[in-house]
Amino acid sequence: MTRFVERHPAWALIVIIAIAVALWLIFAVWPQGLEDAVGRKRVFLNALFNGITLGGLYFLVASGFTLIFGLMRNVNLAHGSLYLFGGYVGYAISAATGSWVLSFIVAFILTALVGVLLQVLVFRRMEGQDLRQTMVTIGLSIVFADLMLWACGGDFYQIQTPNWLIGPVELPLVTAVKSSGEPVYLRYPLVRLVIFAASVVIGVAMWLALNRTRIGMIIRAGVDDRDILAATGVRIQLVFVVVFALGAGLAGVAGVVGGTFQSLSPGEDIRFLLASLVVVIVGGMGSIPGAALGALIIGLAEQLGSVYIPTYAIVVTFLIMVLVLAIRPQGLLARR
Amino acid sequence: MLKGSLGLIALSSLLLSGTAFAQEKIKVGVTATLEGTYTVLGEDGIRGFQTALNVLGKKVGDKELEFVIASTDATPDSAVRAVRKLIEQDKVQILLSPLSGDEGIAVKNFAKTHPELTFINAASGAQETTYVDPAPNFFRYNMDGAQWQVGLGKYAYDEKKYRKIATVGEDYSFIYTQVFGLVLEFCGAGGQVTNRQWVPLGTKDFASVIAALPDDVDAIYLGLGGADAVNFLNQYQQAGGKAHLMGGSIMIDQTILSSKGNAKNALIGTLAASGQADTWENPSWQKFVKDYQDAFPANKRFPSPSLLATNYYDSTMALILALRQVNGDLSNNQAKYKEALAKIEIDAPNGKIKLDSNRQAIGTNFVTEVVDDGKGALFSKVVKVIPNVNQTLGYDPAVFAKIGLPSRTVPECKKY
Repeated sequence: MTRFVERHPAWALIVIIAIAVALWLIFAVWPQGLEDAVGRKRVFLNALFNGITLGGLYFLVASGFTLIFGLMRNVNLAHGSLYLFGGYVGYAISAATGSWVLSFIVAFILTALVGVLLQVLVFRRMEGQDLRQTMVTIGLSIVFADLMLWACGGDFYQIQTPNWLIGPVELPLVTAVKSSGEPVYLRYPLVRLVIFAASVVIGVAMWLALNRTRIGMIIRAGVDDRDILAATGVRIQLVFVVVFALGAGLAGVAGVVGGTFQSLSPGEDIRFLLASLVVVIVGGMGSIPGAALGALIIGLAEQLGSVYIPTYAIVVTFLIMVLVLAIRPQGLLARR
Repeated sequence: MLKGSLGLIALSSLLLSGTAFAQEKIKVGVTATLEGTYTVLGEDGIRGFQTALNVLGKKVGDKELEFVIASTDATPDSAVRAVRKLIEQDKVQILLSPLSGDEGIAVKNFAKTHPELTFINAASGAQETTYVDPAPNFFRYNMDGAQWQVGLGKYAYDEKKYRKIATVGEDYSFIYTQVFGLVLEFCGAGGQVTNRQWVPLGTKDFASVIAALPDDVDAIYLGLGGADAVNFLNQYQQAGGKAHLMGGSIMIDQTILSSKGNAKNALIGTLAASGQADTWENPSWQKFVKDYQDAFPANKRFPSPSLLATNYYDSTMALILALRQVNGDLSNNQAKYKEALAKIEIDAPNGKIKLDSNRQAIGTNFVTEVVDDGKGALFSKVVKVIPNVNQTLGYDPAVFAKIGLPSRTVPECKKY
C-alpha cells in the first residue's frame, strides 16, 4: 500500500479522491441541486447496492470457472449448464422439502458430481488439447441444454424465498430528509443482502483455503507448474478432480442463488457462461481476487447503466471488456 | 441456434409422420420463439396451432397440408433467417410467421421480396407492421398492441379513478405500440403519464428499475413479457412493492399467471386489456378452451390458453379456411388464395375477425381484472368487452396519422 503511494503519487491521490466522493455520495444527504441533476439518492443507492449484490452472484459463477481454468487450463464452456443444472436441482429440492438451505447442499453435491464425471470422462482424455476441450464442452453444453429443456420444459422456475428473507429491511443510510426533519432510511431487499454476505464468505473462505492451507498450496503449485508438482509425488489427478468438483459445485450453488432472486429458464446457461467469461476476462484468467473485482465491476456497470443510461446499458459491459482487452489484455489482476 | 434446430427436427418430423402417403402436399412454414426470453410464449403458440389442426384437420380437398416449424428468439434477424430457411430449403408455399413485434416488421419487409408467396402473421403485434407501407402478401388476423389496449385507459380513469400513472416496458416495437394505445386513451380521458421507463428485452435484474419507480402515482403499468415479467414480479415482491398495477397484453396472460412460485400473486386485482379474457362466457371461447385442454395433458399446457395460443389458433384457422374456399388452388402466384384471405371473416373464439384494406384485423377487445380462482390459479376475468376495434382506434385516419408512430416518447400525453 505505502509502496503504491510512493511509486504513483498522482494515481494514489485520484483513488483517494474517488473513494472520498463515493463515501460522500453514500452517506451524505444530497443537496437539492444534485438531486435535480442526477435523480433521487434512493435510486442511486439502490442501483449501487444492486450492482454489488449482482456482482456477488457473478462472482459465485465466475470463481468456479476461473479456479478450473487457473489450475487445469481447461476452458469449460459447459460451466453455464452446471449453473442451470444446479438451479433446477435446487428448485426440485426446495419444492419437495420446502427447505432452502437443503437445496444449496444438494445442488452443490450433485453439480460437483457432474463436474467429477466431466473431469474424469472428458477432460482427462484430452489433457493439454485446448481446442478439442473447447469444442467438446460447447457440444456438451448444447446436449445438456436440450436434456434440461426436455426434463424441465421451457417454463420459468423461481426457487421459493424462505419467509424470513422476503421483504425489505431498513438500512441506516439516509436517502432524504422529510420536510418535518425526519430522516428517510433506505429500504433494501433482505434476500439480496444475505446472498451478498454469503458470496463474500465463500470468496474469503476460498482465498484462505488457497493461501493458508496445505491443499491450497498444492493447488497454487499446480497452477504454476504441474509437471514439477507431479514429479514431487503429489497425486495431481486427484487434485484436479477435487478442484473441478469444487468449481462445478460453486456453479450449482450460484444456480440456486440465481433461481432465488431471478429465475431459471432455458437460455440462462448461456447468459451466465457469457457473464462469467466477461468477468474472468476483465478480472484476469485464473485469479480469484480478479474474479471478485471483475464481478463487482460488471455488476455495477449493469445496474448503474440500467438506471442512468438505459438505452446503452447492454453495451456498457462489453465496452468495459474491450477497454480492458485494449489496455491490459491479461486482465486487471492477472499475475502474469 | 443449434439447440433450437435440434428441437425443430424432432418437432417437424413428428408433424410430418402422418402425411407420408398423401398424394399432393401444400407446404406451410411456421415460426415461433422457441428460444430465449419468449420461449414459453412460443411453446404455447405452437399448442394453439396444434389445437387448430386437431379441430380443423389437415386436409384441403384432395390435398394434404404439411408443416415445417422453425425456431426464432424474438430478434428480427432470427425471424428473417428462419423464414428464409423455410422458403429456400424447405420450399414452403405459405408462411405462418412470426410471433413477436420486431420480428413482424422484419418479416413484413422480407415478404416484399417474395411477392409470389403468402405470409400470414402468427401473433406479432407491432403497429408499424401493417400500418406503414404494408406488404400486399402479408395478412394479420390478430389486432396490434394498441388495439389490445383499447378500453384500458378509460376504465382505469373512470372506474378506478387513477389520475397519474407511470409505465415500465420492454424496449421494442410491440410494447411501444401497447403503451401508445394506453397513453392515447388515458391521457385523452384526462389522466397523466408521468414517467416511461424502458428496459432492454431480456433484462434479468430489475432491482434498480424497481427502485426508480416513482412513489407519487396511482398505478404502475407493466409492459413486460415472458421471463422478464416473471423476474420483475419476483424482485418486486422482494423489494416489498405495494403499488397498484396495470398490465399489458402479454403481462396479464397465462404465460405469466401460471408461472411457478408465488411472485405472480402481486398481480391479483391488476387491471389489464387484451385480445382475450380467460373466463369469458361466450360458448365458442369456452369450446376453444376445452379443445386446448383436451389436446394436451395438464402438465404440458397452461390451465387456459394464452394470448399466443389464441393468436396462432386464429391465424391457422384463417389459413386453412381460406385455403378450403379456393380448394387448395395456389396457381398464378396464389392470386385466388390471397383474394380469399383478404375477404374472409373468421368466427374466432375471441370474437369475429375481419381484415381492413391494409390486411390488418378488426376485432374484439377485452378489459380484464386478475382474479384468484380459490385454488391458487390466476385468471383474467372480463370486465368489459369492446367489439369492432380497428387499427386507428376509432380516430379519424387523418388525425391518427398526425400522432406519429409508436416509440419511446410518442404519443405525447395529451388529447388528440
